[in-house]
Amino acid sequence: MIRFENVSYTYPGADEVLHDISFSIERGEKVGLIGANGAGKTTILKAALGLIQTTGTITVGGLPMSRENLSEIRKKLGYVLQNSDNQMFMPTVIEDMIFGSVNYGMSRDDAEKKADEVLKDLNIEYLKKRQNHRMSGGEKRLAAIATVLTMEPEALLMDEPSSALDPKNRRNLINLLKRLWDKSRITYVITTHDLDLVLDTCERVIILNNGRIAADGPAEVILRDQALLEANDLELPFCFAGR
Amino acid sequence: MNKAEKAEREILAIDGMSKGDSAVHRMSPLSKLLLTIVYIVITVSFNKYDITGIFIMILFPVVGYVASGVPVSTAFWKLRIVLPLVCAVGIINPFLDREILFYLGNIGVSGGVVSFITLLMKGVFSLLASFLLVSTTPVEEICRALRQVHFPKILTSLFLLTFRYVHVLLEEVSIMTDAYHLRSPGQKGIHISAWGSFLGQLILRSSDRAGQLYDSMLLRGFQGEFYYAKGRKSAAYSWPVAIICIALAVTFRFLNIAAIFGGVII
Repeated sequence: MIRFENVSYTYPGADEVLHDISFSIERGEKVGLIGANGAGKTTILKAALGLIQTTGTITVGGLPMSRENLSEIRKKLGYVLQNSDNQMFMPTVIEDMIFGSVNYGMSRDDAEKKADEVLKDLNIEYLKKRQNHRMSGGEKRLAAIATVLTMEPEALLMDEPSSALDPKNRRNLINLLKRLWDKSRITYVITTHDLDLVLDTCERVIILNNGRIAADGPAEVILRDQALLEANDLELPFCFAGR
Repeated sequence: MNKAEKAEREILAIDGMSKGDSAVHRMSPLSKLLLTIVYIVITVSFNKYDITGIFIMILFPVVGYVASGVPVSTAFWKLRIVLPLVCAVGIINPFLDREILFYLGNIGVSGGVVSFITLLMKGVFSLLASFLLVSTTPVEEICRALRQVHFPKILTSLFLLTFRYVHVLLEEVSIMTDAYHLRSPGQKGIHISAWGSFLGQLILRSSDRAGQLYDSMLLRGFQGEFYYAKGRKSAAYSWPVAIICIALAVTFRFLNIAAIFGGVII
């Protein structure tokens, strides 16, 4: 589904953020991308979406990253930004939800029907006509995910999805991801510091350290390896730390 | 609530108003846009001494505001910052042009006073017409109408993004102002010594956020077109009404109705 081969990237006027990264994510995989601040997690997501120009080869759904394929690639990947306020720019939730689908050629009526289905799936029908600036943090996060799901992406990329969520909304998010995967086997990639969330929702973990892949393997194994986590400036998930 | 937050809420209120439901709201965005443009062009084209001719042009905003249910007081309140500028434009006319054009009783009215009042009316009528358009038509639909008349894609995108950027900018101003005042008790406003860093941070932060918003638009297929804006069905009377209004405006431009009526009555 997503393949990185020898990908490197340097922000203008800064040090290299990604160093010769190679990995691939298969269809239906649930992947947690973890690492300390500045490890390059968000940069990887941006590279997969073609928001930054990297060296190396990136392929999404069999399409090589290029200007011509950009639109198709972005249709395949739904990106949920860390800050929902930066993601939702239309006045109301429903208008934000149909924005992408209509841009990709769906009729407005069909887009609205699809949006209704997604809202029902997520149990947030009550948010349909809500103004974007009149929602709580948890509601905004769910609405942001809904705007992306309406476009029927093949994979979800989520940047710090549990940040700024209270325990109840965090639990809702975990249940939502599980429901989504059970229903459609959708591929998803989560970047986060919340290792308990990763343990609950991902079967594979990639650890990034200073723009390099430090480990890649089953979540159950990696997230129990205290020495490995500490070597990469991370800590054991709370459930394993016994706190 | 600080001033930036209030300003942001005012903009959101206009956005909310544009989603209303009235005879004017239901007109097609393109017909309203063209009508507004033609109205403004005709209004500003009046001779600077044609005070009786231009006066009749008040009919359009009056009818528009009544039919749309948008309170005129709201329009004047929202335009309170721009209106003094309109007044300022012609304020020196009475001093430059002192030739007496006519007498009101014993008082001579100079060309400068007449041209000042005419200029004021041109500005106020044009602003009222523009406000009527934005308070009855969502910004995306205005952009789409502009694209329909082949207005350059880059300019419509710029217009939309500027509109969105104002929100972002005001939000950041609001957050930063609150943060500043929490650590500077008793201070009114922002001290001059902090202006440089405040402005610098504001630009960096808001452009960063605006960049993310734009990325979010790109990721959902935005390429400068406004397909998603073709919302509700426009009323069948849109174009007939627009054409009649344009025809009337053109007639008023070339026939001084007020003078004709005045002549008949006198």
